[in-house]
Amino acid sequence: MDKKKTDSKDKKLQIAFYWAASCGGCEIAVLDIDEAILDVAAAADILFWPVAIDTKYKDVEAMKDNTIDVCFFNGAVRTSEQEHLANLLRKKSKILVAFGACSISGGIPGLANIASREEIFKTAYLDNPSTENPDKTIPKTSVKVKEGELTLPEFYDTVKTLDQVVDVDYYLPGCPPSPWLITDAIDAIIKNKLPPKGSVLAPMKSVCDECRFEKSEKKIKSIKRIYELDKIEDKCFLEQGVICMGPATRAGCRGKCMEGNMPCTGCGGLLPNSLDQGASMISALASILGVEGEENMTDEEVDKLIEQVKDVVGTFYKYTLPASLINRRVMK
Amino acid sequence: MTEFEPNIIGFLCNWCSYAGADLAGTSRMKYPPNIKSIRVMCSGRVDTVFILDALKKGADGVLVAGCHPGDCHYQSGNYKTNRRIKLLKKLLGDMGVEPRRVRFEYISASEGQKFAKVVTDFVDELKKMGPNPLKTLQD
Repeated sequence: MDKKKTDSKDKKLQIAFYWAASCGGCEIAVLDIDEAILDVAAAADILFWPVAIDTKYKDVEAMKDNTIDVCFFNGAVRTSEQEHLANLLRKKSKILVAFGACSISGGIPGLANIASREEIFKTAYLDNPSTENPDKTIPKTSVKVKEGELTLPEFYDTVKTLDQVVDVDYYLPGCPPSPWLITDAIDAIIKNKLPPKGSVLAPMKSVCDECRFEKSEKKIKSIKRIYELDKIEDKCFLEQGVICMGPATRAGCRGKCMEGNMPCTGCGGLLPNSLDQGASMISALASILGVEGEENMTDEEVDKLIEQVKDVVGTFYKYTLPASLINRRVMK
Repeated sequence: MTEFEPNIIGFLCNWCSYAGADLAGTSRMKYPPNIKSIRVMCSGRVDTVFILDALKKGADGVLVAGCHPGDCHYQSGNYKTNRRIKLLKKLLGDMGVEPRRVRFEYISASEGQKFAKVVTDFVDELKKMGPNPLKTLQD
C-alpha cells in the first residue's frame, strides 16, 4: 500500500486520447472543462493525443504494456486502422474508457449500419450529385503504382462499438460527454475512487429526471416536428406531440437540450437495465399516442397515427444502432 | 432433407388468449407444436424489447395475443400493444427483417378454434419465409 502511495505522488498520471470513427466533438469536449484542464495538466502527462500533440503510432507500439494509466477512446470502430489502435491501446492501457456515444454505442457513424459498404461507397464516391468521379474510383485497401504499393485501411461493412472489439473498463456517455461528467471522472481517477469495472460514469436516472419541463399525464393526439409547433409551451415535449427520447435515455446532461427548447435525441444512450434504447422508446411512445378515444378507433386510423413517425431508425436509434438488438440491416 | 420447422414464441395474455390456447388443448384441437407459449398478465405487458430479444435469440416468429378490443381486463392494454407492434413492424421493415414475423391477434377465452387456426397459419407462413435471417447475422 505504502509503495503505491509514494508511486502516485512521485509519478504523474499517464493518459492518452484517441479518436476513431467520430466527428471530433469529443476532443473539443475535453477542453470544455475550462480551467479544470490545468488541474489535469498538473496531475497528468499526456502520452498520446493525435489531435493535439505530435505523437506517432510507433511511439505507442514502442511502449511497454500498461504504460498508459487511462486511455480515453472516442469514436466507433469502422476501419481496420481503428480496430488496430483499439487493440493496441487496450494492451498499453491499465484503464480504457469508452468516451462518448460513438465508442459506447456507435453514435451517428453507427447509423451507417442501415447500409452496406457497397451502398455507402456508391453514394459517397459515385452517385452523390456534388461528386465528380469520371474514372469511378473507389477506395481500395491496396493499389500498385509505379513507385510501389499504396495502402489504405480497410473500410468495414459494419460499424462496431468499442466494447465489441476490446474489453472496456468504463463508459462516459453523451454526444459529447458533459464537462461535469468529464471532471467527475477525472477526479475519480486522480483520487483513485473509481466505481466497479464496467460502470457507466453517469447518473442512473433518465433525462426526464433532470429536465426542466413540468410533466403530467401524457397523451398525444398527433406527432409534430419541432418547427410545426406554433409556440413552445412550458411543458413536456412529448405532451406537446414532439418525440423526445428523454424517457429512454440516461441522464447526466442536466437536460441542456430542453433548456434550449429542443427535445432529447438520446445521446446519453441506454438506461440501466434496458436492452435496447430504441425499442424502449417505441414502447413508450406507442403507449401514449392517440390514447384519447382509442376504443372507437378503427385499425386504419391507428395505422395513420403510426404513419406519422417518419424515420424509425434515425429517430429511435440515432446513437445506439450498432449496440441495439438488431445491430445492422439484414442485407439480401 | 427435413422440412424447416419454425420456432415461434407466443406471448399470450392471461385473461383471454392463454385461456383460448388452453381451450384448444382441452378440446383436443390439432395445431402444430412449433409455438412456445409464455403467459403474461396482459398483452400490454409485452415490451417491444421482448419481441426483438426473441428474434435476436433465434425465434423465427413472435405471436402476441390479447383480448378483443373493449375486453381487456386492464381496460386498454391491448390497444397499446396494437400500436407498439405496428410501430415495431416499421422498424423491422427498415432493418430488413420481414415484418410478418411478428403477429398480433385478438383471441378470446372462447376462441380455441381461432388460436389453433392462427398458429397453423403462422407456421405455414413462416415455413414459406424460411429461417429468421438474424440467426446468421454476426453479433
